[in-house]
Amino acid sequence: MLKKAITTGLLGTALASTSAMPVQADQCTNDVFNKIMSGGKIIVGVKADYKPWGYRDENGNIVGMEVDLAQDVADALGVDLEVVAVQSSNRMQFLEQGKIHMMIATMSDRPDRRKLVGITQPNYYTSGTNVLAPKAVGIKQWDELKGKPVCGKQGAFYNKIVAERYGAEVVAFTGNAEAKQALRDKKCIAWVYDDSSIMSDLASGNWNDFEMPLASEDDNPWGLAVPIGELNCAFGQFMSGMTFNWHQSGRLIELEKKWGIQPTAYLQNQNERFKDWLAE
Amino acid sequence: MSDAMIESIREFFRQLAETHPKWNFIYIYDPGVGERVLDGFWMTIQLSVVCVILSVVIGVVGAWLQRSHHVWARLLVQGYVQFFRNTPPLIQLLFFYFALGQFTPTYSPDGWLEQPVISNVGWAIISLSFFAGAFNVEIFRSGIEAVPESTIEASESLGMSHLQTYIYVILPLAFRVSLPALNNNLVNLVKTTTQAIVIAVPELLYQLVSIYNDYSTAQNACMVLMFVVYIGLVGILVLGMNRWERGMQIPGYGA
Repeated sequence: MLKKAITTGLLGTALASTSAMPVQADQCTNDVFNKIMSGGKIIVGVKADYKPWGYRDENGNIVGMEVDLAQDVADALGVDLEVVAVQSSNRMQFLEQGKIHMMIATMSDRPDRRKLVGITQPNYYTSGTNVLAPKAVGIKQWDELKGKPVCGKQGAFYNKIVAERYGAEVVAFTGNAEAKQALRDKKCIAWVYDDSSIMSDLASGNWNDFEMPLASEDDNPWGLAVPIGELNCAFGQFMSGMTFNWHQSGRLIELEKKWGIQPTAYLQNQNERFKDWLAE
Repeated sequence: MSDAMIESIREFFRQLAETHPKWNFIYIYDPGVGERVLDGFWMTIQLSVVCVILSVVIGVVGAWLQRSHHVWARLLVQGYVQFFRNTPPLIQLLFFYFALGQFTPTYSPDGWLEQPVISNVGWAIISLSFFAGAFNVEIFRSGIEAVPESTIEASESLGMSHLQTYIYVILPLAFRVSLPALNNNLVNLVKTTTQAIVIAVPELLYQLVSIYNDYSTAQNACMVLMFVVYIGLVGILVLGMNRWERGMQIPGYGA
């Protein structure tokens, strides 16, 4: 009896608070898109703690590769750009609640996330999972992490994969600063994170006694996102087109170079794949 | 509860997640995720119980030292109370684990790792107990000051020592006065255990945050569970404290 009441109650709550499901193209209201156009400003959620994709420069301005992409979007629409710093743990909520119009925030494209936000195709970048480990330890194989404490950041989807596949004991901190400090304090044997971010750490010169010794795994494309209700409407279709052109024109490869990111084979392949057949 | 019934409940929530992607109660139908929740719950219980007991012990001892004839003992307690009461517990946790953690002895299982003898769970227990203990010292002091001077003089005239007076006369009376305030502080302590997430203590919040990061659709469901668990936990604590309070009541004394 009680159980039934609880179940009914939960169902009631669930039904009452259900919000936007993906809509068909013929239901397009283009609310957010119209708001951007009429207001003359697009608000884009980007990272502020993920150098060089999105971070703060000496003046406190948010800059980076993804901010440049956001600027491209604003320019193409002919509106002003406002960037808002988001975190992995709140970026989808910001978009759902309308605090931002869209998001370009180093987000891996995962099936679960596609249920909540409108991730457009094609993807614009990719990264794999790797570890930053001290040279002194000399890790060669993923298997060597078994039973060892490995630092990570709350919010990364591969924490679970590394724990389950290789038996590593993932100690996940709330921020990257804490996780990296714990690695320096020798509280863990490695720090598990995106290979692209680790590469930029190594390039910074602050991690000379460390290395990225493993073969990257679980290569996962990144997705930018619009509100889920507008995925198949003007906004989503427009962003698909933007991304396509970024690949075809070589803009993404150019930005990768500009921000000192190690060239990824993924962008080369996509550039080839989408090549204009009439181009010289 | 029969297996068929459990399965039908699981099936219901599996369906709910399909039809309502924001209400993915994954910990109900996925045994692996359920286990993580239970692990976190168990850690929260352990943290809470150990910290509650230690903080009360710290409070009793601290309040006793505050009445000491030795000036340095009184100063020590005063310094301790000021330090722990006036700084945020979040910063205490970070400071203890990262800063003080460097000075504790370590052992190395493989030549590189330096595992401190005090783990992050250990630091969380130390830091949270001392944090709540500082308040408890003051709470017990207020109780002690409510014990009439004449009562203390009477016990001294009976030949009781300083410690005997404290244990057999002052504390039992002071306790009754202190209980409502102590109650509040312990409730706060149980809730503050969630802050141990910053030093990666795998308590309930840590596990639930990890789960809704792995399954974004489970965020609402995880938050609902968080509230339910804490309402339950704090409810049990308050119920126990209230019973204790009633059990110790002396007619005509105190509230």
